[in-house]
Amino acid sequence: MVDPILSVEGLNKRFGGLAATDNVSLSVPPGTLHAIIGPNGAGKSTLIAQLMGALRPDSGRIVFQGEDVTALATPARVRLGIARSYQVTSLCPDFSVLENVLLASQLRDGGWLSFWRPAITYPRSRSRAMEELSKVGLADRSDRLAGELSHGEQRQLEVAMALASDPVLMLLDEPLAGLGRDEADGMVSLLHSLKGHVTMLLIEHDMEAVFALADCVSVLSFGRIIASGTVNDIRKDPNVRDAYLGTEGDAHA
Amino acid sequence: MRKQLVSFAILIGLLCAVPPIAYWLDDPFLLSLASRCLILASAAVATNLIMGYGGLISLGHAVFIGIGGYVVGIASHHAFNDGMTWLSNGLLQLVAVLLLSVLVALFVGLVSLRTKGIYFLMITLAIGQMFYLAAVGAYDYGGDDGITVFAKSRFLGQALSGHYLIYWVSAAYLTASMFLVARLSSSRFGLVLRSAKVNEARTRAMGYEPFRVRLVAFTVAGVIAGGAGFLMANHAGFVSPAMLHWTRSGDLIVMVVLGGLGSVFGPLAGTVAFLALEEVLSGITEYWAIPVGAILIAVALYTPQGVMGLLSRRRNHG
Repeated sequence: MVDPILSVEGLNKRFGGLAATDNVSLSVPPGTLHAIIGPNGAGKSTLIAQLMGALRPDSGRIVFQGEDVTALATPARVRLGIARSYQVTSLCPDFSVLENVLLASQLRDGGWLSFWRPAITYPRSRSRAMEELSKVGLADRSDRLAGELSHGEQRQLEVAMALASDPVLMLLDEPLAGLGRDEADGMVSLLHSLKGHVTMLLIEHDMEAVFALADCVSVLSFGRIIASGTVNDIRKDPNVRDAYLGTEGDAHA
Repeated sequence: MRKQLVSFAILIGLLCAVPPIAYWLDDPFLLSLASRCLILASAAVATNLIMGYGGLISLGHAVFIGIGGYVVGIASHHAFNDGMTWLSNGLLQLVAVLLLSVLVALFVGLVSLRTKGIYFLMITLAIGQMFYLAAVGAYDYGGDDGITVFAKSRFLGQALSGHYLIYWVSAAYLTASMFLVARLSSSRFGLVLRSAKVNEARTRAMGYEPFRVRLVAFTVAGVIAGGAGFLMANHAGFVSPAMLHWTRSGDLIVMVVLGGLGSVFGPLAGTVAFLALEEVLSGITEYWAIPVGAILIAVALYTPQGVMGLLSRRRNHG
């Protein structure tokens, strides 16, 4: 068996009486896309925050490429190869599109200890940034201010920024949120093209997208994983239908 | 980038025009006022680096002006009273200003930069007042009354005095510090500093430690303000605890906000506006701070980009 890129073992996080993460364990093999679905408040964002190091779990372990990263701070995890995108777009609106991506790409090309030479004049980080921008289809927007982009383009930029740090594992927090059908289709095919190159943990509400992309799906409810398996397993699972898919299915019917 | 170089060329042109005008008007007071303005502006440039680009509002930045000033003052005191004339060596003094500014900035930064917003403000205020009270309590160096700088700093035998010399040195210092901050802001360091201001969590999620980046910015800003204090002491011929009172830090903040946060030329524009308002309004009323406050509120509400924002808006509309 291949060693997993990410394995989470018995993760717990409580906020007062509320178990936001309740004994969560999961394992993501290299190159695959693991989706986490669940109703609002199921603890999906709390889980991502712990994986990224923004929140510290009460107990449990997070192992990344065989290394226990549970106690590491966010920047250290990024250097090991974890990147995330945000559910709420959080770019620097006054930066150009290129500068936003450069922020991420310069990390692997010397870091921030450069004070005199303009950041955009470093050919290597620039070309990597442009490469990521063309992957997401924003190459012709590189000189625009990020704040001027449409919502859909900003979501694409989020993904480009996550990609630009050359991650081994990408945590994608609802990359399809607020996208129109066409834009969503574009994002799904973008994520599809990344499969095999980057390991991804996808949090998403859009069932169609999850079923089209995921190698493995875990269903989170009240902080606990109530089901985990292939797309077909999850579709058939009666518990999942009750907890989540039932209402979604009705809405789509 | 090219646009910025053109702006710098215009700035240098304007700076060079002041001495001939003062000469022609035979008004050395004008030149002295201009020098004071340029020196304050370079301290505002330093404040803008941490506040405009870094989002850190410090009520203690005048401490660094005080450091620069007191190095000159204390050196002059001993050179004049104790015959230790070697202390007047300007280069030696500048090295002392540099070292002390870096040390104090690292100390203040390590303590305060772990906090944010109002807590950062309060800690810098407290540390600033600590230095202020230390200066007040330094009876050997005049205490509350301060020190008159009889022995100006000397470079290769030339004393840093005379309206024209001080003006040129101040103009060069301001231009250099503005250029430095302009370069810093578009460097890799600058991108991370500005990004941490907009979104700290995101910046961490991109692999950066905002604390370290801010500490560097804080230290550079301390050194720039220290240099301004050095010039201020030589220009005014006098240093006193008032130089590092927290209200002086407040003035710097007002200048930066008036001029436009995070713009290269904003601090100079803001300082000119601030001193002009002070000059004009203090002639009309003793309570000149009240209308200045009202103007500041109007700026914050209607043109958050300050004077520079007004200028560029006009340019954009034709």
